[in-house]
Amino acid sequence: MNLGPFDPVVAILAIPAGAAILLALLPGYLATSRLNVLASFSTFVSAFTLFFAPHRQSQFFLIDDVNIVFVTLTTFVAFTTSVFSASYIGHELESGRLTPVYLRFYHAMYQVLMLAMNLALVANNIGLMWVAIEMATLTTVLMVGIYRTPAAIEAAWKYFILGSVGIALALFGTILVYMAARPTVGEGLDAMAWTTLVAHASTFDPALLNVAFVFLLLGYGTKVGLAPLHAWLPDAHAEGPTPISAVLSGLLLNVALYALLRFKLLMATNPGAIATGSLMVAMGLLSVVFASFMLYRRRDIKRLFAYSSIEHMGIITFAFGMGGPLANFAGLLHMTMHSLTKSAIFFAVGHISQIKGTQKIADIRGLTETHPILGWGLVLSVVAIAGLPPLGIFMSEFLVVTSTFAREPALAIILVFGVILALGALFLRLNSVAFGEPTGSRAPSQASYVPMYAHLALVTIAGIYLPPPLVTWFQHVARLLG
Amino acid sequence: MKHDFFFDVAHMLAGGLVLVSFLMLYQDRLYALINVFALHAFVLALSVAWQAFIQDAPHLYVTAVIALGFKAIVIPVALHRIVERLGIHREIETVVNIGVTMLGGIGLVALAMVVMLRVTPTADALAREDLAFALSVLLLGLLMMVTRRNAVSQVIGFMSLENGLILAATGAKGMPLVVEISVAFSVLIAFIVIGIFLFRIRERFDTVDLQALDSFRGDSE
Repeated sequence: MNLGPFDPVVAILAIPAGAAILLALLPGYLATSRLNVLASFSTFVSAFTLFFAPHRQSQFFLIDDVNIVFVTLTTFVAFTTSVFSASYIGHELESGRLTPVYLRFYHAMYQVLMLAMNLALVANNIGLMWVAIEMATLTTVLMVGIYRTPAAIEAAWKYFILGSVGIALALFGTILVYMAARPTVGEGLDAMAWTTLVAHASTFDPALLNVAFVFLLLGYGTKVGLAPLHAWLPDAHAEGPTPISAVLSGLLLNVALYALLRFKLLMATNPGAIATGSLMVAMGLLSVVFASFMLYRRRDIKRLFAYSSIEHMGIITFAFGMGGPLANFAGLLHMTMHSLTKSAIFFAVGHISQIKGTQKIADIRGLTETHPILGWGLVLSVVAIAGLPPLGIFMSEFLVVTSTFAREPALAIILVFGVILALGALFLRLNSVAFGEPTGSRAPSQASYVPMYAHLALVTIAGIYLPPPLVTWFQHVARLLG
Repeated sequence: MKHDFFFDVAHMLAGGLVLVSFLMLYQDRLYALINVFALHAFVLALSVAWQAFIQDAPHLYVTAVIALGFKAIVIPVALHRIVERLGIHREIETVVNIGVTMLGGIGLVALAMVVMLRVTPTADALAREDLAFALSVLLLGLLMMVTRRNAVSQVIGFMSLENGLILAATGAKGMPLVVEISVAFSVLIAFIVIGIFLFRIRERFDTVDLQALDSFRGDSE
């Protein structure tokens, strides 16, 4: 299909950039939050046209089947989150937690974050990808600290320190990859271009590549939130504005994982390199089991779901670490389902904590009675995230587990143990939050339910019926991922 | 023989950077720490400029100028003023005592040498020794960040870590985007140092000691 002069790659970068500048300058809440939604929507539409645009590669940008999936998912969740954000932020302004100046800053940063994530996903240059992920880290640090409460500042500080160390290690790994590539590829931009690297990776020095991958795994693994590098994640999720928690969990973790997957692909083409899969499997399993135990001790509802994100990123990393068409397919599906479900949960939790004026699990009770739409929405999302049938996450977890049972039964048992443990913790908490004697405010909420139920509808449909074109596409990408 | 002279100077400068990293480890006063960091950045600037000269890569001079102007002059001056304004020029609280920290530092440098020299037998001598030194500086910076509680010294630890990265990037001959990366890092540091965090922490707690922050952990029962 010919799209004429319209270039989707330029659009998904230029729209957020332009919107960020406009949003930083324009005053007022109503107009700017709508502009934020509009910009996010047009970015999503532009990203969708990538499916029809021809693949291409230049020294800086690359569009292939793998990153189209990531870009589309990112821009879609960014769009629905911006709809949720509009009503969430309105309430924050009324309650005085955010001032109009900070609102401008918030909206501008939201779009800069979109720009950074899209740039990281379409970059063909490993240096450019690193710069984009650094930019995304920086914007989210600033947004986590935006309420300026002591807890928010601690969270932002912790995130900044750990995130910076992570990206510093990732840069060292990137430099080592360049060093490994230089003897065969030659100096200059080509030795950092993704496509050239993959084409020549078999001739690189394996020892140097191995060391490089360890640094990259530690560096980008910190951003994915894998145990034991996860310490920043629960604080950052709990203390920032809830739309940012949704974007962090649903998108930014995926972007870091995408960077890791790219380097895994690179390593796979070199015969002398270590088996990167087993490293990812180990870290993934550790994250699943660790996070599942930690879920039992949470007192704060946003922290609870932050630990659940660690658990699910662990499952996804595990699946990609196992590799092979089936496990990769399951990993991709799980990543999509987790992004949709987890952001739906944060949409619900955001409104709930606004209505009740607290994030403490003990102080929120009987939601289904006082706010049935929100309460049942939360119940449905937690059922989905815990992996019960017939919802989407059940299917992807089932695929991960069955494909593992066929190859490594022992690992599958550990994985199932972790997942069931998490399910128990989530239901324990859900029971007290959703049912029982209601406490706290019964005031009707002016929440926007559309984004939450839209995500839940998608997850439910995916659990029952996956459209064949989507399956074919995912299978194709899964084969590419090796 | 001329080549050997080039190599020796580069070697000396990179080794000097590791030495200055050690100097930073045992500074127990903030002013002294800031001064040593300025020296660190100065040595880095010399080293980068020397690399620019021997690699015949004029764009690296930009990185050298950034290291000299921004990190050796602007940041230390700004930090001096912050420390003065906050009135925290007392002793640094170290988590682990200095002797143990130094021993740990020596261990890390040995580790860096063993790892990097072993995996790069094919690379040219200059690049591989540069990488080994760079990894040492990076690990020493990391060590400094974990052994200090004070926000200012943690930032200094991070900046010295980043100096190690710049050393590695300039040592990798012909690496593109080095200038862009050093600018990106400077932006990161400028964001953090000059403003927001220290001022906010100061504003809310009247202290930049991160131990004071620990009591606000959200999950305490």
